[in-house]
Order: sequence, then structure tokens, then C-alpha cells
Amino acid sequence: MKKSLLMSAAFFVGASGMATANSDLQALIDDPTQWAIQTGDYANTRYSELEQINKDNVGKLQVAWTFSTGVLRGHEGSPLVIGDIMYVHTPFPNIVYALDLNDNGKIIWKYEPKQDPNVIPVMCCDTVNRGVAYADGKIFLHQADTTVVALDAKTGEVKWTAVNGDPSIGETNTATVLPVKDKVIVGISGGEFGVRGHTTAYDMNTGELVWRAYSMGPDSDTLIDPENTTHLGKPVGPDSGTNTWEGDQWKIGGGATWGWYSYDPELDLFYYGTGNPSTWNPAQRPGDNRWSMTIMARDPDDGMAKWLYQMTPHDEWDYDGVNEMILTDQEVNGQMRKLLTHPDRNGLAYTLDRETGELLVAEKFDPAVNWTTGVDMDPASETYGRPAVVAQYSTEQNGEDVNSTGICPAALGTKDQQPSAFSPKTGLFYIPTNHVCMDYEPFRVSYTAGQPYVGATLAMYPAPGSHGGMGNFIAWDNIEGKIKWSIPEQFSVWSGALATAGDVVFYGTLEGYLKAIDASTGDELYSFKTPSGIIGNVMTYEHGGKQYVGILSGIGGWAGIGLAAGLTDPNAGLGAVGGYAALSDYTALGGQLTVFKLPD
Amino acid sequence: MLTSRRLLSAGLAASLALVALPVLGEEAPSPDDPKFAASYEQEGRYFTADDIPTFNVAEDGTVDWRTFSGFRRYHAECHVCHGPDGEGSTYAPALKNSAVKMDYYDFYGVVAEGRQKVNASENSVMPSFGTNPNVMCYLDDIYVYLKARGLGVVERGRPAKKEAKSEGIQADEDACMG
Repeated sequence: MKKSLLMSAAFFVGASGMATANSDLQALIDDPTQWAIQTGDYANTRYSELEQINKDNVGKLQVAWTFSTGVLRGHEGSPLVIGDIMYVHTPFPNIVYALDLNDNGKIIWKYEPKQDPNVIPVMCCDTVNRGVAYADGKIFLHQADTTVVALDAKTGEVKWTAVNGDPSIGETNTATVLPVKDKVIVGISGGEFGVRGHTTAYDMNTGELVWRAYSMGPDSDTLIDPENTTHLGKPVGPDSGTNTWEGDQWKIGGGATWGWYSYDPELDLFYYGTGNPSTWNPAQRPGDNRWSMTIMARDPDDGMAKWLYQMTPHDEWDYDGVNEMILTDQEVNGQMRKLLTHPDRNGLAYTLDRETGELLVAEKFDPAVNWTTGVDMDPASETYGRPAVVAQYSTEQNGEDVNSTGICPAALGTKDQQPSAFSPKTGLFYIPTNHVCMDYEPFRVSYTAGQPYVGATLAMYPAPGSHGGMGNFIAWDNIEGKIKWSIPEQFSVWSGALATAGDVVFYGTLEGYLKAIDASTGDELYSFKTPSGIIGNVMTYEHGGKQYVGILSGIGGWAGIGLAAGLTDPNAGLGAVGGYAALSDYTALGGQLTVFKLPD
Repeated sequence: MLTSRRLLSAGLAASLALVALPVLGEEAPSPDDPKFAASYEQEGRYFTADDIPTFNVAEDGTVDWRTFSGFRRYHAECHVCHGPDGEGSTYAPALKNSAVKMDYYDFYGVVAEGRQKVNASENSVMPSFGTNPNVMCYLDDIYVYLKARGLGVVERGRPAKKEAKSEGIQADEDACMG
């Protein structure tokens, strides 16, 4: 136990900055017997020091206990374990259960908010929720209707509530929150409804709004300093959040902030990405549409942006930039660097210096990616940091009412929010991916508040000329920018990965399998079919001296929309249409937690 | 009315199951049934003998403009819940079946007004699209496309060949979209 704590301190990137993080939460994160934050740690590594379950014995894993959540929709996120209590959340209606680990999971308390069901259809892709957060004796839930609620972790009593958005104009929430110091930082969804994305900090003790940073708009709204906020090392200049938009379009500009947030206590910066600009019809919003599709580094105290990097200027494919930002300290060209690694929806995995925002690596993490030939890495170039767009796959250049075909990846991205893991033992990132391409036809739409504002027709299909499956689970080297190995999967891998000191990596599949693989080779060591498809994230904890692995099952989310009926390949000829596997042949709705252990 | 209510709830029941599996115990409706078959044409718009909008697919697979337009509009406005090609999702019914089973006016009503099914086992909410021109101006198109899908006369995916958009259809579109 002592040994693993020491190891954890050595690997945890922000250990020396502990005083500036939330100290209560930081202490729990540093204790590998707990699962105190959805992302495993502030650095988003989803790595656990626990090693009782290891690559030699994981094949003997068995089900320890199960729990039905009572809700039959897509279950993303994972439970938390704080002390002897496990906190389990559900999709809408966003129930939270506190389960007593000392008493076979007996329900200590249950919180069920009353929400207007009219929020359901303004959620883009099912009613998912990526879980609760914990700090200072409170559980934080960000409901579908954007109500942020702080619950007493022991009793479930409501301490405060805050309203972060307005579902009647399409503002909703699916994400977890990030507790930092005395604040809770929250995002918002609604990029398909023409909202203007924002990130907001609430006082952890009172629920009072402290600051709000919009993804676009005047500098006073975006909390961008024209002189001190940089983009690829240069000051962004005044009005950067409005001057790449036509007229007032930034007011319905999208850039939702529904992904994963990470925090570096030493630099005292938190990181997240912004989503697609609204609408999906690029011709309707000329310009780079800043700061949609952007990695942001901000100060948690006042929200001010330190640096930004826009990955996909003027998006033409719905490649939201919200995926996880994993913080590691690694050697690059013989020098230790503070890195941020981000596998983006657009199919490029970026490695940046997280202190300065300098771009170090931008490489494809699926060979199928074809919309770009790559990113200009020459700092002297006028197009430095920009992806070179292939004209054939440009829905902007091909124009409105033209069907651009064979674009890889599909709008789902080479990966969506399903978070990757990083093992400091192997130095590898374990990334769940989609292997799906699309046809995309943009057309003119008009904006109506609270109504979908999409403006494109999509058809998706498995990447042509490949293994025929719709997913891969890959090991990624973020310094070389190379895939180390890749496991083909029949369906997209829509489950968050977990890496452990036992040299095992875990992930779930849409058919419902929990899989354990060898962290070095990718060889499958264990699999078990849970009651429903998995879009949740694998977590681990120790209780009573025993290590457990937990996973939520419950098919749904975007995967449940696109893949339930199977995909068709328009290029395969009529005979093959419908021939691809339908998810509905493998799994049905569910809502269950399955917890695994080694035999006693 | 009683009949259409029964059919309506059958449509909802489909949302409980994952949708691509065949529904057993029902007779497959025929596209040649006068309820569905085109009886006359007006400027590229096809109707049944009862004046209900319907599809028209030529021998060589060419679809009428509204069916093609319905394919596009469906995949912009509806498929984010109801899945590709009207096939349904894990939580929303396969509309290709609804368009066949439901009465045209009921179909219109549900889209315009919305519908809720919220109880212990379900959280299904269809929003009201009554104020959304991207849906309402093209609802006949979406309806005839889904009906053609449900009757099996249009395959999954993008229809390969289509009739040109007529001046009358263009004029209606301009008037509706403003």
C-alpha cells in the first residue's frame, strides 16, 4: 500500500502543486483504493496503481456483485468510490444512488431530481450523463436540464443548486464537472441547436456564479486577453472571438463545452476543448469561426485564457474538439516536457506543451483519415498549425446541396468523448476509436430557438477497404505520433479505458463485453458479456483489501442511434446494403453496474 | 379513430425494442394497396386516390423529388433520434414503420405537436416541431420517403436517381421557408 502511494506521487504530474488543488479531493485521488474523480485523476490518465488484479490472474476475474440502475437509456461515465460509499448515477432523470460497500451495496440514500421531460428531445444524442464529481464532502451533479446541484455526500441532502443554462433554447448538459480549489467548473451542450457555448465556475460552497467564459463573442465574454492570451505562441489580438464570424453569427455560434476537463495544479491551469460551430452547413458561416474546435488553457480563479489552439478552423464535418486532454510529463528529444495529449474527433492526435501551447505532434491515429494531408508544422509558415484540407473531401469547397462522399472519419470522429487511458509503465496511450466514414451533404437551414440547427445530411458506413468492423482499440505513442498496435472491433469502441499497474488495460464494447488486455501486447486476457452494450467507462477501487473493477452497461448514446440498426455501405452495391452487423442483433436496452473481482 | 389509436400505440411499443429485428405476426403491407399507391400526379407531386401524398418509384429506380428531398431532410432533422434510414434507435421508434401504420393526419399531428411517454420504464419524448420550418416545410417529403422505406420500395441509403424538382415544388418551398 505504501509502495503504491509513493509510486503514485512520483507519476502524478501535479503532486508538488498539491496545495493549490482541492486538497480534500487531491488526497483521495492520490489514494489508489478510491475512485474519486471520473477521469481517474486531475491529469485525465485513467491510470490506477492497484495491481492485485494483474495480467497473470485477470483471466480468473469473476462477477462480485451487480446493481440495476432502474433506467433504460445510454449509460456513460462511471461510479465514484469515496471512503466506503459508491456513488452511481443514471442518464435522465439523473438519479444518484449512494451504496454502502460495507453492506453489500445497500442504498444509503437516493436522489432523484424533478426535471421537465421537455429537456429530453433537445439533447442531441440520447439522455446520457457522464457522472458525478466529489469534493469537500459534497457530490456534484450536473443534470440534463443544466441545474448544477451539490448534495451532502453522507446524506444526499441538497446543499445548493444553480441553473447554468436554458433548455428552451437547446442548452442542456451531459458532462461531469471539474472541482478545482473552491470552485466547480462546468460546461454546456447544444451545438446542434445553435447555442453559444460557455464554461462557468460556481463557488463550491454557495453555488454562486464566479465567472463565465464564452467560446465566442467579445473579449469581455470570452475572457481572452488580446495581448497575453496566445495562439501558437502569438498574442491573439482584439476581438478574436468575433472577427472570424460574419455579422452576429457568433451569437448562435456553437462551440459547446461538453467534454472532459483536466487540471494541472502546478501550472494552475485547466484544459478543455470546444465543439463544432453551428450549423453543420459550413457555407452559412464563412470564416474560421473562432473559438470553436479549440483547445483552451485557462486560469481556474478568474477564467482568463492563457493559450488557445484551434485544431479545425471553419469546421466542415462536425469534428467537435471536446475529447479528453491527458496531462503527462515525458521526455521529448532528451528534454522533460509538460505535455498535453489530445486524440481529436478529426482523426489527428495532438501533443502540445501544456505550459505554452506549443504544437509538438499532430498525426493521424487511424490510417483511414483522409480529409486532411496533415498539419503544417512550420512555425514560419503562414498556415502554421492549420490542417491542409483535401479538396475532394471539403464540404465547403464542394458546396451546398452537393453530396461529398467517402470522408473519413465520419462525424462521430475517429473517437468521440469515450476517454483514453495512459500508463506511465508502458508510456502508451490506450485509445478507444471509431472506424467509420461518411457521405456529407450540407444545405441551407434557418435558425429557430430551441429547434435543431443542423443543415446537413449524413450517411455513415464502416471504413472501406479495411477489416469491415466499425472500431479499433489502439495503443498510441504520443511522441512519435504512431500507432503501436491496433485491435479491430466489430463496433465502435464507445467505452472509456482503464490502465493499471497490474499491466492490464480494460475497455468495454458495444455488444456488452468487458475486455481485459495485456498493456504491452494488446493480447486479450479476459472477456465477459454484461447485460447490455457498454458506453460507460471502466473504473477500479479497493475495498476490504480486495481490488474491484466496475463498469456500467446500458446501450445508447450516439452509438445507439447510428449503430442500432446497422450501417450500410452505399459503395458496396445494393446486394450488400444492410449486410453490416446491426447492434440490435447483439444487445438490448439496459442499465446495470457490474463489479468484478478475483475469486476469494 | 379507434383503429388509428391502436396503431399509434403499436408504433410506440416498437420504441421499447431495438428496432431492426422483424416484427413477427403482422402481414406485410403491399405498396400496390390503393392506400399507398400513387393514383395521380401534380407537378411532380404524387397522391393516392384519397389525396394523401405518396411516393413514386419508376421501373429504373428513379424516385420522385419529394421522396429524395425527404431522404435529405429526414437525415438532417430526424435521424439524430430515429436512426439512419428510418430504422429507429435504441430509444426512438423506426419511423419507416410509423409512416406506414399511422394515418397521415395523425403523423402530421405528432410531428407538429409532439408526444410524451414518460413513466417508470420509459423516458420517450417527441418534441413539437410545429415552429420549425426545416421540418414543417418538408413534412410531406419526409412522410412519403418514410412510407417508401417502410413498404420496401426504397432501399437503405441515398436514392441513386431522382426526378427533377418541379417549379411548383420550388415555389411552395420558397413560400414556406420565406
